[in-house]
Amino acid sequence: MDIFIAPVRFYSNLLLQNLVIELSKRFSSQIQIIDLNINLDDFFSVDRRQYFSTQIIAEAIKLTDTFNGKVMLITDVDIFVPVLTFIFGEAQLNGKHSILSACRLHEEFYSGVSNESLLLERTIKEALHELGHNFGLRHCIDWDCVMHSSNGIEEVDIKGKTYCRNCISKVEGYKK
Amino acid sequence: MDRKEKILIVDDEKIVRESLFRWFEEENYAVDTAEDGETALKKYSKEKYDLLLVDMKMPGMSGLDLLSKIKSIDTDAIIILITAFSSVPTAITALKNGAYDYVTKPVDPDELAHLVKKALEQRALKIENTQLKENIDEIIKPDNLIGESFQIKKIYELVHSVARTDTTVMIRGESGTGKELVAKAIHINSNRKYSPIITVNCGALAETLLESELFGHEKGAFTGAQFRRKGKFEMADGGTIFLDEIGSISLRMQIELLRVIETKQFNRVGGNELIKSDFRVVTATNEPLEELVKTGKFREDLYYRLNVFNIIIPPLRERRDDIPLLVNFFINKFSSVMNKKIKSVSKEAMDFLMNYAWPGNVRELENAIERAMVVGKSDSIIVEDLPFHVSRNSFDFNSDEKSLASMEKKYILKILNENGWNISKTAQLLEIDRVTLYNKINKYSLRKDEY
Repeated sequence: MDIFIAPVRFYSNLLLQNLVIELSKRFSSQIQIIDLNINLDDFFSVDRRQYFSTQIIAEAIKLTDTFNGKVMLITDVDIFVPVLTFIFGEAQLNGKHSILSACRLHEEFYSGVSNESLLLERTIKEALHELGHNFGLRHCIDWDCVMHSSNGIEEVDIKGKTYCRNCISKVEGYKK
Repeated sequence: MDRKEKILIVDDEKIVRESLFRWFEEENYAVDTAEDGETALKKYSKEKYDLLLVDMKMPGMSGLDLLSKIKSIDTDAIIILITAFSSVPTAITALKNGAYDYVTKPVDPDELAHLVKKALEQRALKIENTQLKENIDEIIKPDNLIGESFQIKKIYELVHSVARTDTTVMIRGESGTGKELVAKAIHINSNRKYSPIITVNCGALAETLLESELFGHEKGAFTGAQFRRKGKFEMADGGTIFLDEIGSISLRMQIELLRVIETKQFNRVGGNELIKSDFRVVTATNEPLEELVKTGKFREDLYYRLNVFNIIIPPLRERRDDIPLLVNFFINKFSSVMNKKIKSVSKEAMDFLMNYAWPGNVRELENAIERAMVVGKSDSIIVEDLPFHVSRNSFDFNSDEKSLASMEKKYILKILNENGWNISKTAQLLEIDRVTLYNKINKYSLRKDEY
């Protein structure tokens, strides 16, 4: 079972490559970058100036339903679901599709100072988190677990970089 | 792990119901939905829900009507209303009619999560949720704090006795002894374990960044701050703030720190709102704070405020009995990460590990085992795999002087001379801080011409 990463309006090739390298270290599955022809403008909310993630996932399902593995979209645009002001990502619980936005993971939006290594760390955490949902994991109460909920960037930074002992057993192909 | 709390989402918009359903489902709640007030009432009469999230404006029965009807059945029901900005005055009326709170659309996920958590915690005060507590106890053991020696057992006792008291704790010990692990052990054995422990390395923070880091900032507080950020003290609300290397903060920050610790309130940078935070303070240092107080480098009032309960961690050389246990722990840890089959240590290598001075303490031992496992070729660690600058050949390990102090003195002097008495570099190599190195130079009366 492979993990497919689909960049959609995602501008950092270096971050994408590093994410693939880091996921490859952690999963025995093959990590592949794929090109999905999704026009994000179809999911843009003029009122909110953001993109509706659930609809983007629905579109991705149509294009990749036959894929054998997990499909994660990664984007630089800001995404939302109704009622909430923003989300870092959305995933199908016990499914195979997810989306991750790096928009609010950039340190310069908080401190004004760019920090590429922190951006990579946050992206890995959120990627593992969304994949965890695909493997059926819900939010974990252990702050050292990457499946702890993160409703703000501070919580992304506080939580652990990997799955806890309880969660790890459910993640197929996870090496460490 | 499934929570026991059940949430009912009542909203006429399918898209909103589905979004909230998924969001709460990931948060481990048992979630149900209803598309109108009538359906919600029917469901509520059949099943008890811990919390209802109700849209204010729905066709047919409004959110306010539903609130009154449910409250007439169950006065303890917790109802949070969702409203558009324009109907805030109505929401205020709802609060008077018994709603727990209201949120305006769209709501910040952090705000919603905290609101729901707070509401359910309040309810849990009445209904003890033992299942949740058992699970937490199960997952958060301080698995890195290893030892069977009487010194480490004494530390367990101290941790146990102070953890549940909320008393401010100061942990002292040389670099690498595991001060952060002890802080974590205090936190996870306290009643605050459901909230995070937030570590602030005071030595690593630049003065200019410290304020924003500790207290947070509002959106637009300075160029580039496009989003709000909470500070460490705010994140520690309900939990513990661990201030590492407390001796290295400036006098200006000491004043700020004292104020926040005493009042438990502060403003975010660029903000007017007074933020209140309920945190416990644990600090750590390897500096002689008393000396710093005498020389005016550390405020006496802050010192007394922080130094309420002391835990002193002995250096590894004073609890050598724990070395084999630690070695085994690190071998197991690295063998799974590195996928190596090394399972043991040769007798010779273990003798060496038992007799070495360990100036960098447990951290140095961990690094030594990690390095040995990287270079090791057999299924057992041998002396040659160990990373020390010294080995049996280059260091007078078999000299007539058998005392630990004389070995340590010799070794420090050797590294000092090799580095031209550059204190910073020597301290770095020895993996101790400069103050500890100075103390040792004084203790052993080391001089440059002794080489």
